[in-house]
Amino acid sequence: MELFISQLINGLNTGSIYALVAIGYTMVYGIIKLINFAHGEIMMFGAYFAYLFAFSLSFQLPFLVVIVLSMFFAAILGILIERVAYKKLRKAPRISALITAIGMSLFLQHLAQLIFGATPYVMKPLVDTTPITILNFDISRLTLLTIGLSILFMILLTLFVYKTKPGKAMRAVSQDKEAAILMGINVDNIISLTFAIGSALGALGGIFYAMTYSQIYPTMGVLPGLKAFIAAVFGGIGSIGGAMIGGYLIGIIETMTKAYISSKWVDVIVFGLLIVILLFKPSGILGKNRKEKV
Amino acid sequence: MMKAKVKTIKEFLLDPRFVNYTLIASIFIVMFTLIQFQLVNRYIYNLLVMVLIMIVMSTSLNIATGFLGELVLGHAGFMGIGAYTAAIIGIALRPYIGADLLLFVVSAIGAMTLAGIAGLLVGTPALRLRGDYLGIMTLGFGEIVRNLITNLSSITNGAQGLAGIPRIMTFPIAFWTTVLIVSVIFLFMNSRHGRAILSIREDEIASESVGINITRYKLIAFVLASMFAGIGGAMFAFKEGFLAPVSFNFLKSVEIFVIVVLGGMGSLSGSIVSSIVLVFLPEYLRDFKEYRYLLYSSILVITMLYRPKGLMGTKEFNFTQFKASVSRVVTRLKTRFRKGRDH
Repeated sequence: MELFISQLINGLNTGSIYALVAIGYTMVYGIIKLINFAHGEIMMFGAYFAYLFAFSLSFQLPFLVVIVLSMFFAAILGILIERVAYKKLRKAPRISALITAIGMSLFLQHLAQLIFGATPYVMKPLVDTTPITILNFDISRLTLLTIGLSILFMILLTLFVYKTKPGKAMRAVSQDKEAAILMGINVDNIISLTFAIGSALGALGGIFYAMTYSQIYPTMGVLPGLKAFIAAVFGGIGSIGGAMIGGYLIGIIETMTKAYISSKWVDVIVFGLLIVILLFKPSGILGKNRKEKV
Repeated sequence: MMKAKVKTIKEFLLDPRFVNYTLIASIFIVMFTLIQFQLVNRYIYNLLVMVLIMIVMSTSLNIATGFLGELVLGHAGFMGIGAYTAAIIGIALRPYIGADLLLFVVSAIGAMTLAGIAGLLVGTPALRLRGDYLGIMTLGFGEIVRNLITNLSSITNGAQGLAGIPRIMTFPIAFWTTVLIVSVIFLFMNSRHGRAILSIREDEIASESVGINITRYKLIAFVLASMFAGIGGAMFAFKEGFLAPVSFNFLKSVEIFVIVVLGGMGSLSGSIVSSIVLVFLPEYLRDFKEYRYLLYSSILVITMLYRPKGLMGTKEFNFTQFKASVSRVVTRLKTRFRKGRDH
C-alpha cells in the first residue's frame, strides 16, 4: 500500500509534466488542426532557457522569475515557429503541414545541438529538495511544487479560456474560423496567442522535466513530447480538460508499470495504449466525434 | 486479328521500353566494370549499395505515402522486422546453403513474409483512421518494434546487437533486387489496381461511389509497402553484417520519409533521384558535420513551403518528354541567338 501511494505521487509528478505539455498539443490542434511535432522541442528550449537564466547570470534570480522569463521566451519562440513555418501552409493539404512540423522539430533539435553542444547540461533543482512529511509520507518539495504549480497554471488557463474575451475568441476560432473572421476576430493574432500559451506551458513542463531528471540535452523533448501527445489523444484531442486528464493518466500508468511490471516495457505499454485508444475510441475520453464531410 | 506492327529502326530505338532496358543495362555494365577494375574504392562501393537499399525503402514507402496519400511514420519498423528476420534465417541456413544468391533469396522471402504479416496486422485496423491519426499510429508501431527488438534479447541479442550475419550483399545482387522491386512497383502502379489506389488519394468519397473497395485497396497498398520494406531490411542486414535496434528508430523512418517527400510524393523516379542525392550529399557534407542535419531539416521545411508536392511532383522521368523538353530549350536558345545576331 505504501509503495502504491508513493508511486501514485510519482505518477502525479510525471503526469503534471505530461499534462502541461499535452495542453500545448491539444490547443494547437484545436485551432489549426495540426499536430505540432516541434512542441517537444519547445519544451527542450524552455529547459535550456531556465538553465541559462538560473546559472549563467552573475546574480541569482528568484525561482519564479526564472520560470516566468523562460516561459516568456518560449512563447516568443512558439510564435516565431508558427509565423515562419506554419502560417503559409494553413490552406495546404494537412500532410504538408505535418511534414513541415516534423522538419521544424528536427531543425530545432539540431539548432540546440549547435548552440549548446551534444553533451547534457546538469540541471540542479532550483528549489530546496528536502522532503516534507505528510501523513507519514516523505514527499520531495520539488514534487509538491511541480504538482502545485502545474495545477495553478491549469486553473489560470481554464479561467482565461472560459472567462475572458480573448479566450472566447480562441474558442470561436477553433469552432469555425470563417464565422470568427466575420465576427471581427483577428484570426492571426488568436493563432499566435494560442501558440504563445501552449509554448509557455510546454516550457514549464520542460523545466520541471529537466529538474526531475536533472539533465538537459537536445533530444530530451522527443520522448516526453510523444507521450504528452499520446496523453492529448487519450483525453480527446482539441479538449483542454481532456489533455489534463490524459496527462495524469499516462503519468500514473507509466510509473505503475515501472513499479509493478518492469521499466523495460514502459514504452511498449504506453505506445500500445495509444494504438488501442486510436482503434477503439479515436476521439478520446472527452473529445467529440467529428464526421468528415465531402 | 492481330497484326504485327512493323517498326522502323528509329521507332524501335526510341521506344520508351527499349530506352529503359538499355538505360538500366548500361548503368549496370558501367558500374560493374568500374567495380571489376577496382576503380571504385570500398567506401564508394558501400555507399552505392546503401543507395540501392534506400531506393527500395523509399519507393516502397512511396506506395503508401505518395500513391495512396497516407502518412506512414513507422517504415523503419517494417525494415527492422525484415532485417532481423533475414539475419536470423541467414545465420541459421549459412552452413547448409553455399550459394550467396540462394541464401539471400530464401532469407528475403522470409523477411518479406513476416514484414507483410506485420503490415497486415497493423494495417487492417489502422486504415480506418484519418490521415494524421494513421501517422501517429504507425509511429507508435515503429517505436514498439524497436522496443521489442531491444527487449527480446534471447532472439535478437538486444541492445548489444546481432553480429555474425553473412555479408553477402554484393553490388550485382543489390542492383538486380532493386531493379526487380522498382519494376514491380511501377507495373503495379500503372495497372488497374494502381489506378484505383491513385483515385483514393485524389478523392476517397468519389472513388467509393464509383465502386472502388477503399479498405481493400488501402490495405493492398499498405501491405505491399511493408513487404518491400522487409526486403529492404534484408538487404541492409546482409550489407552491414551487424544489426542494432538503434538503426531502426524514428529518425530512420523520418529519413526515408524525407527522401519520398523531396523526390515527390507519387513519383518513383523522384524517389530514386533523391535517394542518390540524399545518400551521397551528407557524405560530402562531412566537413560541415554540425550543420548537416540543420541543412537537411531546413531543406524539408523550405520544400514544403515552396514546392509542397516535392521536387518532381507526381511526374515520372520520361525519356520522350525529356527529349522533347531538351529540344524545346535548344530551339528557344537558337532563336534567341539568331535574334541577338540580327540586332
